[in-house]
Amino acid sequence: MVTADWIYLVPLFPLMAFVVNLLWGARFLKNKAAWVSIAASVAACAVALPICVKVFGGARFSNEFVWLTIGSGTLRFGYLVDPLSASLLSMVTIVGTLIQIYAAGYMAGDPRFSRFFAYVSLFMFAMLTLTIANNFILFFMAWEIMGLCSYLLIGFYFEKTSAAKAGFKAFLTTRVGDVGFLIGMLTLFATLGTLDFSEINSLLTGTSQARLGINTGLLAMSALCIFCGTIGKSAQFPLHVWLPDAMEGPTPVSALIHAATMVAAGVFLIARSFVIFMAVPGTMPVVTTIGCVTAFMAAFIALTQTDIKRILAYSTISQLGYMVTALGMQGLGAGTFHLITHAFFKALLFLAAGSVIHGTHVQDIRQMGGLFKKMPHTALTFIIASLALAGVPPLSGFWSKDEILLTAFASGHSLVFWTLLLTAFMTAFYMFRLVFMTFFGKARDPKVHAHESPALMTLPLWALAVGAILLGIPGSPMTHHWFQRFLAHAIHHPEYHPSTFVMTCSVVAAISGIALAGIIYLKNIHWAEAIAKTFRPLYQLSFNKFYFDEIYSRYIIRPFNAVGAIFFKFDASIIDGAVNGAGTGSLWIGAVKNWIDQHIVDGLVNFMGTFTRLLNSIVKRLQTGFVQNYLLIAFLSFLVFIIWELKLI
Amino acid sequence: MNLIPLNHILIFSLALFGIGIYGILTRRNIIGILISIELVLNAANINLIAFSKTTSLSPETGLVFVLFVIAIAAITVAVGLAIVLALYRSRKTIFADEVHLLKW
Repeated sequence: MVTADWIYLVPLFPLMAFVVNLLWGARFLKNKAAWVSIAASVAACAVALPICVKVFGGARFSNEFVWLTIGSGTLRFGYLVDPLSASLLSMVTIVGTLIQIYAAGYMAGDPRFSRFFAYVSLFMFAMLTLTIANNFILFFMAWEIMGLCSYLLIGFYFEKTSAAKAGFKAFLTTRVGDVGFLIGMLTLFATLGTLDFSEINSLLTGTSQARLGINTGLLAMSALCIFCGTIGKSAQFPLHVWLPDAMEGPTPVSALIHAATMVAAGVFLIARSFVIFMAVPGTMPVVTTIGCVTAFMAAFIALTQTDIKRILAYSTISQLGYMVTALGMQGLGAGTFHLITHAFFKALLFLAAGSVIHGTHVQDIRQMGGLFKKMPHTALTFIIASLALAGVPPLSGFWSKDEILLTAFASGHSLVFWTLLLTAFMTAFYMFRLVFMTFFGKARDPKVHAHESPALMTLPLWALAVGAILLGIPGSPMTHHWFQRFLAHAIHHPEYHPSTFVMTCSVVAAISGIALAGIIYLKNIHWAEAIAKTFRPLYQLSFNKFYFDEIYSRYIIRPFNAVGAIFFKFDASIIDGAVNGAGTGSLWIGAVKNWIDQHIVDGLVNFMGTFTRLLNSIVKRLQTGFVQNYLLIAFLSFLVFIIWELKLI
Repeated sequence: MNLIPLNHILIFSLALFGIGIYGILTRRNIIGILISIELVLNAANINLIAFSKTTSLSPETGLVFVLFVIAIAAITVAVGLAIVLALYRSRKTIFADEVHLLKW
């Protein structure tokens, strides 16, 4: 029987798959690499789901072990499976497995097939670790591994310059947020003295006495810095620029990382540290504002994009904005609910889009059209997901979006409510613009020969479609908001009664958006150009994505490059100059020393030799070799000696 | 009996010694040099006999010395002549100034 401690296996399975695929994938496994990853995912599912079911039944598991002792403090790692992580865990394992099955079909024949699955498994490992982490440090580690995977997978087709650059951009942009997150984490540790989720929870929700000693200013700062992490990872304004470019990666990656799971990690981060935001209510409006601006802006940009994946990318940003807005209005349940439902239908949208790209080999919706008959499974599932995203009842997206709108309406954020409603209208419009242009009408480009994708790809689509249809039920008024109540076990947050007014507004917005898209793109396609001409500045603004890339490039990247160039000059001229000067000086001193050595030291030695030779040339004259000379000398010396001794002179 | 005064004998032996030394230093022929050495030795012998006759308490002492000197002189000549012979064989010369192997 599965016990709670088996949860350690959940991230370990994908990690093993990663190692196996990395080491033996390219050489031995080749096309079977996908099955290793899928098997690991299924195994993770098999372990995780029973545990999640127990949690849904009211249990709550946690365990930890000491990993490192620093001085008197200990660093403990462990898992925490509470309602929040159980929801995410079940979502990640199911969606992740389905996407990997799909990827086995989509990536077939790719030269780096096994490497792709190795990366995906590494990503799954990180995401699952993050989901069940019980403290910020483990959370942050997993968070960073996901950043790495994101970089590797976006730049998977690194032969393409644009893909390599997109990977680079994603990594650097999220890095900005990550630095904020790290600072926030450290500030939090300085303030509370712990990074354990449960301990933080009990510290901040405890009696007022326990909270007296806490520095609210620092806490607010840490909350905002942690929110920076969300802004980066969940592609919120103003760091959203990486996500659309991330569409350079293979489509399953877009589905897995940039729609369903990784970007959800940012929202999950807020949900995890929700008590911190609750403890300093002043931070909430910031979160709401950022989320709301993001939701509206991204939807506005999505109106005019023409790349099928880019539209979905902006739609993802917009929906993430929804979730963040909900969390900012203390709607933990609403935000998390939307996170879960969105993961299903957005993964479905991306996979269906991938299927379209797989079948047609084009990404521009202006080249598509009339694909419904050629790829019925793809088209049907895509339409189901689009309806869910647009918020048409009774699909899942309707219930979760309705919850967010209700939270905005009932908590008195009327500006937010109307903005989100307008965004919902735009969402319905651009999604059905996409649907109508892709699947209906006449084929626009005769060069495109579409065909339905293999069953390996369409089966996961249908599985996700079931999720997209049914997943709204647990959070709908029909079950008395079971999901929200379930989450509220952990944290107290306000509950609102369902409002007919909000529902009506939401449905009207969705239906009118779809209807307008139908009128323009099915019947009167020339209207689109007319409208674009009439509202030229707005159209340009949307088409050029609010000029974010241009602004960043001009005001941030270029100054940075300029500063870099200055530092390079400084380095090249002054530092290198100093080093070179030291070198030249040493050479010069060496030359002097060489001269001294050659002329003075050697001179002395040579002089000794020469002098000896000189003396020798004088003295050696005595050495005539004639015996008689020697005798003469001896005799004369003897005489001298005699004369000397006898004192004759 | 009238003895020859010691001084005369000494002057004679001095003369003999001088002739011997002169011969040693000037002769080119090694055999000549050997003969001259004999003169020097005999000058010494004369001195020894003269002193033993006149001033020594026991005259035999000087005679014994002389006998030794004569013996050694004979040996010297034998060795010297052997060297000369060897030299001649290898160098084809018995002139001292043509043999200066000890030169620098």
